This record gives sequence, C-alpha cells and structure tokens, in this order.
Amino acid sequence: MMTNPGNRVTQGQFSFLPDLTDAQITLQIKYALNNGWAVSVEYTDDPHPRNTYWEMYGNPMFDLKDPAGILMEINECRKTFPNHYVRVLAFNSVRGVESPAMSFIVNRPKNEPGFGLTRQEGPGRQVHYTITSYAATKPEGERYS
Amino acid sequence: MSEPTIDLRAIWNESGVQAVLDKLDAELIGLAPVKKRIREIASLLVVDRVRRDMQLAAGAPSLHMSFTGNPGTGKTTVALRMADLLHKLGYSRTGHLVAVTRDDLVGQYIGHTAPKTKEVLKKAMGGVLFIDEAYYLYRPENERDYGQEAIEILLQVMENQRDDLVVILAGYKDRMETFFRSNPGMSSRIAHHIDFPDYTDDELVSIGELILKDWNYGLSPRAKKVFRDYIERRRAQPHFANARSIRNALDRARLRQARRLLEDAGKVDKAALQTLEAEDILESRVLAGVRAVPEQKAGT
Repeated sequence: MMTNPGNRVTQGQFSFLPDLTDAQITLQIKYALNNGWAVSVEYTDDPHPRNTYWEMYGNPMFDLKDPAGILMEINECRKTFPNHYVRVLAFNSVRGVESPAMSFIVNRPKNEPGFGLTRQEGPGRQVHYTITSYAATKPEGERYS
Repeated sequence: MSEPTIDLRAIWNESGVQAVLDKLDAELIGLAPVKKRIREIASLLVVDRVRRDMQLAAGAPSLHMSFTGNPGTGKTTVALRMADLLHKLGYSRTGHLVAVTRDDLVGQYIGHTAPKTKEVLKKAMGGVLFIDEAYYLYRPENERDYGQEAIEILLQVMENQRDDLVVILAGYKDRMETFFRSNPGMSSRIAHHIDFPDYTDDELVSIGELILKDWNYGLSPRAKKVFRDYIERRRAQPHFANARSIRNALDRARLRQARRLLEDAGKVDKAALQTLEAEDILESRVLAGVRAVPEQKAGT
C-alpha cells in the first residue's frame, strides 16, 4: 500500500501537507520573528533522514523585523537551486534552549524517486535494514536534474 | 442612484496621521516647506487609499525620497517621523527606521559588497531605510569603487519591492545633485525631493529653548540675549551645523554651569540648578572677544 504517494520527503513541520504558498510561508516566518528567533535558509540534495546538517544559504538572519527580507532570500535560494530541497530554520537562542525551534521545507525537487530498503542478513539470521535514496546514487549536484 | 460618498476627513482622523503631523509641528521648529510637503504626501496617500477602495486606478505610489539640506537641519528626525507616518497610513508594515551610511553598505573587497548591502536591505524590509550622506556611495574618481555595486542592488530592490521598503537618501544639497546627475536611474526612482532650509537665528533660539526645556533647564533673561549673540557669531564660523551646534553649545554651557555652581557657593536651590546664566555662555570660545564688555554686547 502506498502511504506516501509521490514519495515526498517528510521532514520537519508541515511536510505531510501540500506545499506552503509564499503567503503561508510569510505567516510562519512572522511567527518566528515575533518570538525573536533567528531565521536561516538551508539547502541540500541528499534527502536521507539522517542528513541533519544541510548547507547554509548565506548567514542566519538576525535583527530582522519583517518576513519580506527572508522571503527574498528564500526566492534567491530557489532560483539558485531549483531542484534541491530548501528549508527554513528558526533558531531559538535563549539560554538553555539554543536549538532550532522551527524547520520546514519550502522547495523540493520535481521528482522524488523515494528510498530503497536494503536488508542485510547478519549472523544468527539477524537483519540490518538500510535505506538509500534512489536519487543519491548520482553525485552531488546531479541528483535531481 | 446616487454615487456613495466617502468622508475623507473621517479617514484622515481615523488613520492617526494628524497626531504625527501635530507632533512634527510641535517638536520641529521652522521647516515650513518640509512640513507642507509631508502634509501633501500624507494627503495623497489617504486619497490613494480611498481611490483603491473605490476600484479606481491607484498604482502603488513610489515613496522613495531624498532629503537634502545642510547638517543639523533635522533630516534624520523627519525621516523617523516619516516612518511613523507611513506605518499609520499602512504603507509600511513595521514602521521601523534603519539608518545606515556608506560603511554599512559597501564592502572592502570584491564580493563583499553584495551580501553586506543585502543584509542591510533585509533588516530594513517592512520599514524605512535611511541612507545618510548617500552621495558617498558613488565615487567617480575611482572606477573600481564598490559603491556602484551597492547602488545597483539598491536600485533593483527599490524597483521590485516597493511594497516592502521605502528608501530615504539624505545629504548636502549640492553633492546630492551631483550624485543624482551621475546616477539617473536613482534619480528617476525617487518621487519626492525635499529640501531642508537652514534655520534662522530666531528659530535657532527657539530650538535651544526647546532643547533646554527637555533637559529641565532654562536661560536667564540676560543669558537669552547673549545666546542670541552667540548664535549669530557661531554661524559665521566654519562647521556650523544648525541645531546640532546649538545642542553642543548648550551641552558645554551645562558643564560650565555645573562648575560655577560648585565653585561659587556649594549651596543651591532648585532655581539655580535649572538656570543657565549669561556667563556660562559667555565663556565660550566663540564669544572670546566679547568677554570684556558683556553688558554692552548683550544689549545689541
């Protein structure tokens, strides 16, 4: 049974929903800014769930008052990497928290081939499971073109 | 069927613009042409909004401005009020002002300028970007200057994101004119050129009194006469910066008053603490020649 038609990568917030529109993204960023979080934009073409640290697109944006500036950055990143995953992070720098408070995908490749499951037979009939993205077999930068 | 009418006055009152304009009138002395122009801009924006509600053509108005005038004529203060005004009228989402100079926009090596300019632009989004001494951005004597790059990025954002950002350029009149002549693209994107006139001596005295009132100080009657004389003489000297010079002069007068109070008696009442005497101002370098005959000079 296909539980995830289209093999969409589901990471971060809202990833089971249809893609957010720019107006919706603006509202989400506004929420982050109102909480005093620093927003940054990141991209990658390796969709593996354990790929935690994506590439930063520019510096994290501190002291912003309005989402328009971040949307400008998102659109630039989309233009540069139209077939990469792009996500928006909101970092909460309050002492004792110091971690991302929000993370959601704002751009994804047109075709997401999904993941293959490899079962490795170990000693004593133990089975090791590995997932590999079909896209990640190609070298970086050529994966979704 | 009669056309519905709209009470413009009611919309004007509702927007809270009048409060900002009143504050402008109360806090800024003189500057009549500037105030008139700002009132016109505010009126246009209100009318534009009503036109849009009635589905008449009302293109997004270009709000970028250029403030020209000598130092200390209140360009920054007016820009602050302008941000407030645009916010109240709904043409600026946050109403904050980001004040920058060339240093904040132009980088030091190749590839440094674009990110720097963009970062400033991002910070100013939703509000007003105030570029002080904007003519420094363009340095014709050095063709490899990175200022041109900053101007180009600025122009692009000024054109494409008119809803998100209002840019105000400020600087001396003659140098800004040269700047606009060499950057026609910049000039054509700026709708409002506002010139700030120099203050008259009377206006400067009023400004001084307003500043002192803010600090809970006052001038004695004789000090007032001396102060007027001081302004006349200070104007003739180099680096006269209108209201800023007045503020600095009063700051120094406060220092002298404090010293005088300590040296004289050591015992003071409230009135003495609040009053600047003629000798506090007379000790100034500007009035050095007048020191011997203060009484006569003060009477002129």
